[in-house]
Amino acid sequence: MDILGKRKIWYTISIIVIVIGLLFLLINGLNLGIDFNGGTLIEFSFSENVTAEQVRDVLERIEIAADSKIQQAESAGEHGVIIRTKTLESEEIVAIDNAIKDKFKSAEMLRSEMVGPTIGRELRINALLAIIAASIAIVAYISFRFEFRFAAVSIIALMHDVLITIGIFAILGREINTPFVAAILTIIGYSINDTIVIFDRIRENMKLMHKVPFIKQANTAVVDTLPRSINTSITTLITILAIYFFGGASIQTFMLALFIGMFAGTYSSIFVASPLLVTWQEKISR
Amino acid sequence: MRYKQKRRIKLIIILAIIAFAAFLYLQHGINLGLDLQGGAHIVLQAQPTEEREINDTVMSGIVNVIERRVNQLGLTEPLIQRQGSNRIIVELPAVDNPNEAINTIGRTAMLTFKNSQGEVLMTGEAIKDARADHDQYGRPVVSFTLTEEGSEKFADITRQYIGKKIGIYLDNEQLTNPTVQAVIEERGQITGYESIQEAREDAVLIREGALPVPVEVIETRTVGPTLGEISIQKSIRAGLLGLLLVAIYMIFYYRFPGVLAAVILAIYGLILMGTMAGLQATLTLPGIAGLILSIGMAVDANIIIFERIKDELKSGKTLRAAIDAGFKRAYTTIIDANVTTIMTALILAYFTSGTVRGFAVTLGIGIIVSMFTAFFVTRNIIDIFAGSKLLRENKSFGVRKG
Repeated sequence: MDILGKRKIWYTISIIVIVIGLLFLLINGLNLGIDFNGGTLIEFSFSENVTAEQVRDVLERIEIAADSKIQQAESAGEHGVIIRTKTLESEEIVAIDNAIKDKFKSAEMLRSEMVGPTIGRELRINALLAIIAASIAIVAYISFRFEFRFAAVSIIALMHDVLITIGIFAILGREINTPFVAAILTIIGYSINDTIVIFDRIRENMKLMHKVPFIKQANTAVVDTLPRSINTSITTLITILAIYFFGGASIQTFMLALFIGMFAGTYSSIFVASPLLVTWQEKISR
Repeated sequence: MRYKQKRRIKLIIILAIIAFAAFLYLQHGINLGLDLQGGAHIVLQAQPTEEREINDTVMSGIVNVIERRVNQLGLTEPLIQRQGSNRIIVELPAVDNPNEAINTIGRTAMLTFKNSQGEVLMTGEAIKDARADHDQYGRPVVSFTLTEEGSEKFADITRQYIGKKIGIYLDNEQLTNPTVQAVIEERGQITGYESIQEAREDAVLIREGALPVPVEVIETRTVGPTLGEISIQKSIRAGLLGLLLVAIYMIFYYRFPGVLAAVILAIYGLILMGTMAGLQATLTLPGIAGLILSIGMAVDANIIIFERIKDELKSGKTLRAAIDAGFKRAYTTIIDANVTTIMTALILAYFTSGTVRGFAVTLGIGIIVSMFTAFFVTRNIIDIFAGSKLLRENKSFGVRKG
């Protein structure tokens, strides 16, 4: 099986997906949730069907957060409504809670989240710092255990996975909160993990098959580790899908990000990272 | 005979590990995060005033007052902790009316007695005790008693203001504005409440004292008990389903070794629970996701080992030799692959807080336990079965002879 010989095809596929994602990112931007922008989110459940309009009527009557985004949701298996609005005082949240419970007897407040603008800014900075710190640590470790070019290529593969995940979220317009940051960092960890297993085999082949050209060493490594790559990604993706469908609404976004990222991660280890090593080798030997 | 003896020892070691993990789990149980058991997470930030800047003394003062207020809620294991130079994190597990509690906790609660010109005559510091009560007309009131010093001062004030109004304010909000009828020394009442509940809340604030500086509530997250329970049930069901599917896949692909892998996964799950319990780590909803993800990593370690053994078998080695060589070569791969993930988990734990940190911690613990399981449990279990016919079967480890 000649995977690395067709590397231009793989590069093209990746570039197309990333470019489409970036276009959506530039046009639509990301749907940042209250964790990043600050604001309040309150979720109620009811045993009867309650419409967004009915909830808005209540908010208008008490003159709190009447301009909220109100959305019907089926999160707790019952009828639910999610209210999103600007940063509120806890007094105001109590007032909304009381007013809703007065109007709808079966109402229960499932959760409330209030994030001030300072916290949102800090989260954005910390998320960025965490990603930069993780990348530096990974480059250092791989340069130490392998060679610098392996490190450089893994970082490109990792950016590839992160860009694809963010791009698809921009396309889908799904809301992004703190768990998304955790998902991105997990993807970084997984992507590197996956890439290293193949690099480990390339490193081994460079010793065992030192007479053949590098592209051959690398291709053999990729093909030999293919069963592992496929089995591991299938077992991981099975568990992610199981949680996505049966784990409840609160972790769906998180699982969706993991699914996209892990899929991209498996793809990039086979079709981006190893081919890039070959491209790197060619540019140097020329 | 030697082989059989060794095998017995290996079996005993594995059973001992399982028993120890089960003991830790049963002894300590797993700490559930606020998102799973319900409760409130609050972040407060101290605001400097013209008279006071934020320093260590001021912060300890705030923590002190907040602790006393939280104790009035009668919760089990509330957590109050300083974060950075000017923040305080309060966690209230299983609190009934979380937002009302937040409301009470975050109040400055500076009680002032003012004359009609708005001059402050006396502050809440002069108050020794305050309780909610009903007055002679059955109205809800806060009855207070004054300290010795306070009594003298209040007697002077009321003597001076007889027939005039003295307003009583809590944080600039006027509670009542009575006309002084007589000289008051030790005891007094604050009227103007609509319910005894309101009076009770203010009584707590007045009794436990004011915060040295105002605080701003910058983040609150509350989860009702229903949602927490639903989350636990759903994620456990999803996790078990995921495990089952993975086990089926492994058995389908690797045959008998796949069965072993499924058993190893179950043992892994048990050791993981034992470790979480032993370390008293807190399990959050993202943490459950982290656990399930680390199951993926644990399976991966087994896959890497099996694939290596398969390669060695293909190159013509005997089963025993292939197992030895396979493990040896899989070790470095597994270490290199997992160290980077552990680094990411550590970095994530450092830069985040709350539930996401819970995720990072569980992921980190999960990966370390999975490495232990791969190097120790998998190795011994495969060794135990190395002599049996089941592993010698042709299709074992997914080897396809053709």
